[in-house]
Amino acid sequence: MSDNLTLPAQQGSTGASTEALLKVEGLTKHFPIYGGFPIKRKVGAVQAVDNVDLTVGVGESVGLVGESGCGKSTTGRLITRLLEPTGGKIEYAGQDITHANRKKLAPVRSEIQMIFQDPYSSLNPRQTVGTIIKSPMEVNGINPAGGREKRVRELLELVGLNPEHYNRFPHEFSGGQRQRIGVARALALNPKLIVADEPVSALDVSIQAQVVNLLQKVQEEMGIAFLFIAHDLAVVRHFSQRVAVMYLGKVVEVGDRDSIYNRPRHPYTHALLSAVPEVAVDDETENRERIRLAGDVPSPISPPSGCRFRTRCWKAQDKCATEEPPLLQIGGNREGHLTACHFPEEPSIEARSEDVVMDPALKALEKDGNVSKD
Amino acid sequence: MTSPTKAEDSGSAAVLDPELTATTDVVKGEKQPEGRSPGQLMWQRFKRDRTGVVSACVVIFFFVVAALAPVISKLYGKDPYTLYAQEPDYPFLLDDFAMPSGDFGGISGDFWFGVEPKLGRDVFTMLLYGMRTSLYMAVLVTLLSVITGVIIGMIGGYFGGRVDYWIGRVTDFFLGFPQQLFFIAFMPVVTAMFVDPQDETPTYLRAVAIIMVMWFLGWMGLARLVRSSVLSLRDREFVEAAKVSGAPPGRIVRKEILPNIVTPILVQATYILPSTILTIAFLSFIGVGFVEPTPDWGRMFKVGTEVYEQDPMFLLFPGAALVIFVLAFNLLGDSVRDAFDPKTGR
Ligand SMILES: Nc1ncnc2c1ncn2[C@@H]1O[C@H](COP(=O)(O)OP(=O)(O)OP(=O)(O)O)[C@@H](O)[C@H]1O
Ligand code: SF4
Ligand SMILES: [Mg+2]
Repeated sequence: MSDNLTLPAQQGSTGASTEALLKVEGLTKHFPIYGGFPIKRKVGAVQAVDNVDLTVGVGESVGLVGESGCGKSTTGRLITRLLEPTGGKIEYAGQDITHANRKKLAPVRSEIQMIFQDPYSSLNPRQTVGTIIKSPMEVNGINPAGGREKRVRELLELVGLNPEHYNRFPHEFSGGQRQRIGVARALALNPKLIVADEPVSALDVSIQAQVVNLLQKVQEEMGIAFLFIAHDLAVVRHFSQRVAVMYLGKVVEVGDRDSIYNRPRHPYTHALLSAVPEVAVDDETENRERIRLAGDVPSPISPPSGCRFRTRCWKAQDKCATEEPPLLQIGGNREGHLTACHFPEEPSIEARSEDVVMDPALKALEKDGNVSKD
Repeated sequence: MTSPTKAEDSGSAAVLDPELTATTDVVKGEKQPEGRSPGQLMWQRFKRDRTGVVSACVVIFFFVVAALAPVISKLYGKDPYTLYAQEPDYPFLLDDFAMPSGDFGGISGDFWFGVEPKLGRDVFTMLLYGMRTSLYMAVLVTLLSVITGVIIGMIGGYFGGRVDYWIGRVTDFFLGFPQQLFFIAFMPVVTAMFVDPQDETPTYLRAVAIIMVMWFLGWMGLARLVRSSVLSLRDREFVEAAKVSGAPPGRIVRKEILPNIVTPILVQATYILPSTILTIAFLSFIGVGFVEPTPDWGRMFKVGTEVYEQDPMFLLFPGAALVIFVLAFNLLGDSVRDAFDPKTGR
């Protein structure tokens, strides 16, 4: 099954290799909005993903983090080619797959797999677990030694399920178990890249860690590159070697784990970090900064000019409205740490003299001293 | 939450961490190795529904009787074509007004359901064969309509966009047709396409014409149903998972989508079939369906309404049979639907 290698052999499970497996440049997806009467025509577009650059190395795990609606899933679906990009370029193992159709995609199809968010709709209720995991092998004509059924049993065992559950139906499993089935299905083709779209956010908190551990194990032992999508920084903290932070269709900061978690520069990353509960509990004494953002994410139909974060940014100045900040390695950043901001924060997460509270209502409350601590 | 399977699990080395195996459970009924499919669960719910089971038996009875009509009539010793009033064996079957001379429409040991007024044929075999014609036709029309509806609905729902738009408009157009009028107006046209109006139209051609006309206007409801089901299934993540694995559209439709819409199709078909029977009866009733001497359910009503004052019994048997059949079939449809989706019923 590994004859269709499009890559030189992998270099163990060391992860962060210099070799790029997936290279995304200027990726853009605009969903058109139609309206008008009596003749429907295009009246606008949801700029779900706008000019996103991203690379995933061989065997590397990259986290993609951002608030709901910022275009993470769309990015993932573009990469797995479930959606047709409006612009930009997707390169997999040196091969341009931006607009490749199903037939042209066939050789790399099996190498890019996806794990879905909703464990309830991601498994066909009419198929047995065995059929579900076996289907990708059938589609790609893969005949593992010992037969497909044996391989399915191995996979079930690998993801921590009883191989005897082969003939059961999805409705007999819990959410966490279903998600494991989804993982087994993704692994059935021996992929090199797995896009995991919020694989644990639909699960109970107590189960989340187990599934993340499973994914981590899979990633490390099998040397599979991961693009792990999550809506907060806590989930990907231990999983990702590099993290990209998205805001309203754009990557605003990307860097290795240490840079993002300990030396963030972009105000939005600071805000996200201060919202990570795990950190708040751990370092209660260490006095971390506290930031609360005002209101909602603006509509991706008409995003703010210049820097898209400016409507919620406490450092925003006139320049932010007129000039879009490029994603660069700004002064004070380490190698590979890129930030898109005109007036970046200090590379630290220490508490500041005064908490940043952008929400007027919250601010008023805090002034009254009612909300002194969360 | 201890189970034999779990103990087995924690023993195997491949399992990740002990904490993990602790939750590898939940599955109920650990002893049975095979899971019960949604279909099996549905069957179990159906078996508990007494109305459903009884109606199913009635429906099956009708089909068996219709299928075995030649055998039954052979055993019974009569056929629906012979004019028994003119046979020397049965003198005085009809009176001077050509009505059955016996009581209750001439019911007797020889003629279980009585004798037909005017011509003196046997009502029992007429009904048997009439049902047979109607059921066969209805099954054929339903099958054709369902297949057409499923294909058209699938194409519209799966491909969406412009294809869906135009298919939707065509469906609307057909739905806008005044059905009854269309049947009356086009039956002669369709038959004329095959035979010279001067010639006698063979019975099978009439059947073909009826089937074609009803098929032509019978698929829209199902097409809409299938389209909307496919539309809602198309964006489900398991379909996307199949796409990510590289499955071609044909396979996705067959293996991922179709199994999930079989039940609503089945339910819809159980509603289409009885209404088709009624329509076929209606066609014969107004004289554009089958003609003499083909035994036909609908035409028995026609004769029945002409003579109901003198011979009400002649209307009773075909009427009762039709009411029972349609009722049972509709109840069966409801039960299937309830078994499929327990939330909607009662
Ligand atoms: N098929 C579509 N048609 C139109 N708009 C879409 C479509 N899919 C997504 N969008 C829009 O694109 C934007 C980004 O959506 P996306 O699902 O990528 O967000 P997300 O970051 O994954 O959010 P979440 O955390 O809620 O999953 C949203 O505003 C959404 O409404
Ligand atoms: S560019 Fe301006 S508005 Fe945008 S994040 Fe930086 S300071 Fe804030
Ligand atoms: Mg999403």
